[in-house]
Amino acid sequence: MTMVEDKLETVTLTDRQKKAQRSRSIAIGVALAVLVVIFYIATIVKFGHNLGTM
Amino acid sequence: MALVDETSIDQAAFRMSEATAGDFFALLKPRVMSLVVFTAFVGLVAAPVTINPLLAVIAILAIAIGAGASGALNMWYDADIDAVMTRTASRPVPAGRIQPHEALTFGLILSVLSVMTLGVLVNWLSATLLAFTIFFYAVVYTMWLKRWTPQNIVIGGAAGAIPPVIGWAAVTGSVSLESIVLFLIIFLWTPPHFWALALFKSDDYQRAGIPMMPNVAGQASTRRQIFAYALVLAPVGVLPWLLGYATPVYGVAALLLGAGFVWYAWKVLQMADDDRVMKPAKALFAYSLLYLFAIFAAYLADSVVERALAMGGA
Repeated sequence: MTMVEDKLETVTLTDRQKKAQRSRSIAIGVALAVLVVIFYIATIVKFGHNLGTM
Repeated sequence: MALVDETSIDQAAFRMSEATAGDFFALLKPRVMSLVVFTAFVGLVAAPVTINPLLAVIAILAIAIGAGASGALNMWYDADIDAVMTRTASRPVPAGRIQPHEALTFGLILSVLSVMTLGVLVNWLSATLLAFTIFFYAVVYTMWLKRWTPQNIVIGGAAGAIPPVIGWAAVTGSVSLESIVLFLIIFLWTPPHFWALALFKSDDYQRAGIPMMPNVAGQASTRRQIFAYALVLAPVGVLPWLLGYATPVYGVAALLLGAGFVWYAWKVLQMADDDRVMKPAKALFAYSLLYLFAIFAAYLADSVVERALAMGGA
């Protein structure tokens, strides 16, 4: 199986493609991290508000 | 014999993307987004009640992403006409850096994400308004009006005018006359702004087959309509003061800014038919950007100062 998988590796990224891919990966990582922080903060804010009104 | 036959991949059909994060950011039309963010922020701050500052930041972010998503959907659909216009030929899709299906997927994902985020974390009225704005811009304006009628940017301008209403709704959970006046200012500002651009870019629009007003009704008619809109816009800009929503300081600022708009529109009206340089149209286009920023900044400053004085006096 390893031989077959090795043979299927037919796409070699150019330097420009690698650079672009890295740029996209970083952006997706940052966006996901921001999303996590946003939902964390919003949960604390809304949860805290609900606790205060109980 | 291998389980899977190895075949050489057709590089043209299976092209590895060279699009950078910057190209995807360009799909969001950052310059348009900045105007959306600013006007939504003004609506949010001018509202008579306050919201948790963190939720306010999240609301503005969601509105910005939603506006960007509609920009991406617009660039996906308009790639064919963007390619033949000098102003837009270097955009990521017509330039080939991003494939159309990538722009479409990007736009759809961000649309859903922004609307759901605003709905879940802020309120569903503002989320509904944001969803309507995205739909109106991407479907009603881009897919229908833009290629069909010279009134495209008049009706389509509603999409760009809603952000302050969304900002207001994010805080209050309602839509009031005050936020509708802010909507009206942008709505009436849009035709003279874009027609000024269409005057000196009419060759571009002609080549792309877009029925902008100068290409359909002629330059003289467009100049008259620009002036007519300026005459309506100027007093509407003063309305917040006349209706008691702003102080006389804002009223005077809006009056002066409106007079400037009418002046620049008047210069466009006086432009000669054979004027190819079209300095007055370019000047009006530049001034219109300044006008919108300044009148919203004046309204924002007026609201903040008035509230601070009220709190100080209390």
